[in-house]
Amino acid sequence: MDNRKEHELVVIGAGPGGYRAAFMAADLGLQVTLIDAQPNPGGVCLYRGCIPTKALLHLARVKEEAMKASAWGLTFQEPVIEREKVKAWKEGVIKQLTGGLGQLTKARKINYIQGWAKFTGPNTLLVKSKETEVFRFKQAIIATGVTPVKLPFVKEYTDRIMNAEIALELKTIPEKLLVIGGGYIGMESATIYRALGSEVSLVEVLSIVMPTMDKELTAVYLKQNKDLFKEQFFETRVTSLEEHDGKVIATMGAFKNNQLTGDPFTREYDAVLISAGMKPDTSALGLEEAGVEIDGSGFIRINEESRTNVPHIFAIGDVTGGALLAHKASYQGRIAAEVIAGKKAAFDARAIPAVVYTDPEIAVAGLSEQECQDQGIAYRSVKFPWAASGRAVANGDPAGLTKLIIEEDTDRILGAGIVGKGAGDLISEAVLGIEMAARVGDLAMSIHPHPTISETLMEAAELYLGHPVHVAPPRKK
Amino acid sequence: MKTEVKLPEIADNVVSGYLSRVLVQVGDVIEKDQSIIEIETDKAATDIPSPIGGEIVDIKVNKGDEIRVGQTILVVETEQVESDAKPASDKPQPEPEKQKPEPEKQKPLTVTPQPEEATPATSKLVPASPTVRRLARELGVDIAKVKGTGHAGRITDADVKAFTKQLINSSLPSTTTEYAEVPDFSQWGSVAFEPMSRIRQITAESTVRSWQTIPQVVQFDKADITGVEQFRQIHRTRVEKAGGKLTMTAILLKVSAMALREFPKFNASVDMKNRQIIYKDYVHIGIAVDTEQGLLVPVVRDVDKKSITALSAELNELAERARNRKLTSEEMQGGNFTISNLGGIGGTAFTPIVYPHQVAILGVSRSAMEQVYRDGEFVARNMLPLSLSYDHRLIDGADGARFLVWIAQALEQPLTMLL
Repeated sequence: MDNRKEHELVVIGAGPGGYRAAFMAADLGLQVTLIDAQPNPGGVCLYRGCIPTKALLHLARVKEEAMKASAWGLTFQEPVIEREKVKAWKEGVIKQLTGGLGQLTKARKINYIQGWAKFTGPNTLLVKSKETEVFRFKQAIIATGVTPVKLPFVKEYTDRIMNAEIALELKTIPEKLLVIGGGYIGMESATIYRALGSEVSLVEVLSIVMPTMDKELTAVYLKQNKDLFKEQFFETRVTSLEEHDGKVIATMGAFKNNQLTGDPFTREYDAVLISAGMKPDTSALGLEEAGVEIDGSGFIRINEESRTNVPHIFAIGDVTGGALLAHKASYQGRIAAEVIAGKKAAFDARAIPAVVYTDPEIAVAGLSEQECQDQGIAYRSVKFPWAASGRAVANGDPAGLTKLIIEEDTDRILGAGIVGKGAGDLISEAVLGIEMAARVGDLAMSIHPHPTISETLMEAAELYLGHPVHVAPPRKK
Repeated sequence: MKTEVKLPEIADNVVSGYLSRVLVQVGDVIEKDQSIIEIETDKAATDIPSPIGGEIVDIKVNKGDEIRVGQTILVVETEQVESDAKPASDKPQPEPEKQKPEPEKQKPLTVTPQPEEATPATSKLVPASPTVRRLARELGVDIAKVKGTGHAGRITDADVKAFTKQLINSSLPSTTTEYAEVPDFSQWGSVAFEPMSRIRQITAESTVRSWQTIPQVVQFDKADITGVEQFRQIHRTRVEKAGGKLTMTAILLKVSAMALREFPKFNASVDMKNRQIIYKDYVHIGIAVDTEQGLLVPVVRDVDKKSITALSAELNELAERARNRKLTSEEMQGGNFTISNLGGIGGTAFTPIVYPHQVAILGVSRSAMEQVYRDGEFVARNMLPLSLSYDHRLIDGADGARFLVWIAQALEQPLTMLL
């Protein structure tokens, strides 16, 4: 009686994790069905996250550089921001990239379904697209990501009370903007709107921005961004947002030890951007019907193969918690596809790079100093200031810093941190070094092109070894 | 204060064992050095004592688990209670608003709470590249155990392959061997299933390896032990006083040792990889012991240097401990030659299988009074059937015959040994 077609592998969610998993599985010879609500793969990352943000941050950087250039004898006129054109350009970037992914999906003969899926049992899915049908499947990968945390007093998002995804639609460029949350999304959004001409303020429940980032790196960032915010409220919590006559009235109060301490006060803004974290939303997925367990925070529990407690159902990316990063999801997607194809694969990465695309960028990889201390690893960190890099000075960006964390006994590179323009691209060399178990001498003795910022990694390595070129050698003990 | 009790080093080259018995329960109050579990390694069963005393609050292992050295066995609440005892989780529960997707929240190895992930911290730092780590995983090898020969101990793919080969060749059963499916016997009648014990698995693997790699020839002979039997009766009480039992096995042990000294090839090993023969200047002989759990082969050291009385006492003690499964794996290693005496059970002859890395084994069956034609007449003599299996790669047929004849003559005329 059960004549429904059985799908070999169904991937639910086509973000960077989901489409990577689908592509890899197809390349390994599996028949793959990929389901996502969007017309093409890409997920939040391409449609409403990483990519559009970077397009706008690129504009912000161009503007910032152009403004700075007047100090070097090149003065431009005050830029004119044409919101509609900026928006169209950003949309164009999204269309090009997601369209490209659509082509690649077709080329791999992946069955792409624009729709929604819900488990109705351990081997069945209800799929809603143009028509509703029930699928039987042998194996599945859940890659449905996370959604922004909705603050209790926000009934619905509007053009003025936005989350980061809505803010990217660029419906308005508010004169006065309040960013709630000083995590990396909040900081990147603030950078964009500041460049687009908004006067931005920040409110954060904790005492600092980007609290878990290496303090030495954030210090360099903050020094260069003293005037990013009009006003900043730390250890402060917003308790209500009221839309009134095209304005948003924000009520907030000092917040310490998990409770409001001071008298509430109000500020008026043209818009508010809420970036108060992300959470998994699996309520519509039917996980219970499939028997898939989640943890206390709602993330799906997986093992190092990305397998859930139901052996033929896998989960990857943000929905599984940990670092919520597209590239981590993508790697997990690859691993899950390999495991499903019968290969012995597992997530054993030693360095998951993380980048905050502010101006300047902050990038880290491998172990932090704190993690070394927690794990009882004897390490030494070295910092090479970009003021000693010819290229950084010539670029007018001498405030950056390149830092290496090195295991003392073995001279192995365990971690790296970079703050400065292009830090996100520079960090990959450290990732390769950490994964390859490179020793600091390997980095020091690899010829780096001159003049480039990449030399700062080599110089930091030389500094550790006691013979740097462009800073004075450390005094002998 | 809660303290985790981990599996200590059991013996050299032993990295894991199978949990055969759990001797305690949650809630038990144990004392320091009290046995908590019994571990089967190789062919030995060992009781593991607790390094601390206290109340057992959790047992992390189950019977039949493979447990690695360093793995947590149980959690003990020791009596000292620290005033500000930390909660089990050192991670404060973040409130929802604070769940920021900070990119710096990196976890080097695991990405989510993974209960089964018990990798020791050091394994994170194993100096091997991602492709080498993958190779190890594919081969089922724990990369942390591979010794790197590269620059500064870096592990190369060649190191992983060499380690894997060594694992397969070592006495541990290979985890990668593939066996053919057996038919479904239940189609012909009712069946029952029983998992193989460790001893059975190891015996199976080792006999297969021996059968496949050693071309074996069996030489038969009969020794006239009428004189030896008289000798046994005469000296029985004297040996008993010394704590031993003057058995045929003890005598054969001594005779074999002298034979091995006389024929050094039988005390050697074949190293095909390096195309060489390894002669040993010690005479350690294994004795097959039939136990309830299966065959165990303790090794008696330096047999050539010990008296029959001393050997009798040692054999008694070894057999006793073998039956009580108290032998250590070291005590079952290092044999050059093996004696398997089935005379106590019966039989006229059998063809024993040479142990891996040895070249010969002496099988002994039940002696019987036979008519022997001697000096022109039939006389009744006590005859002992002997079977010698040997590795034909090293030992030629004539050598095999000479060796066994030498043993038979030594039993008939012990003084020949001294010639």
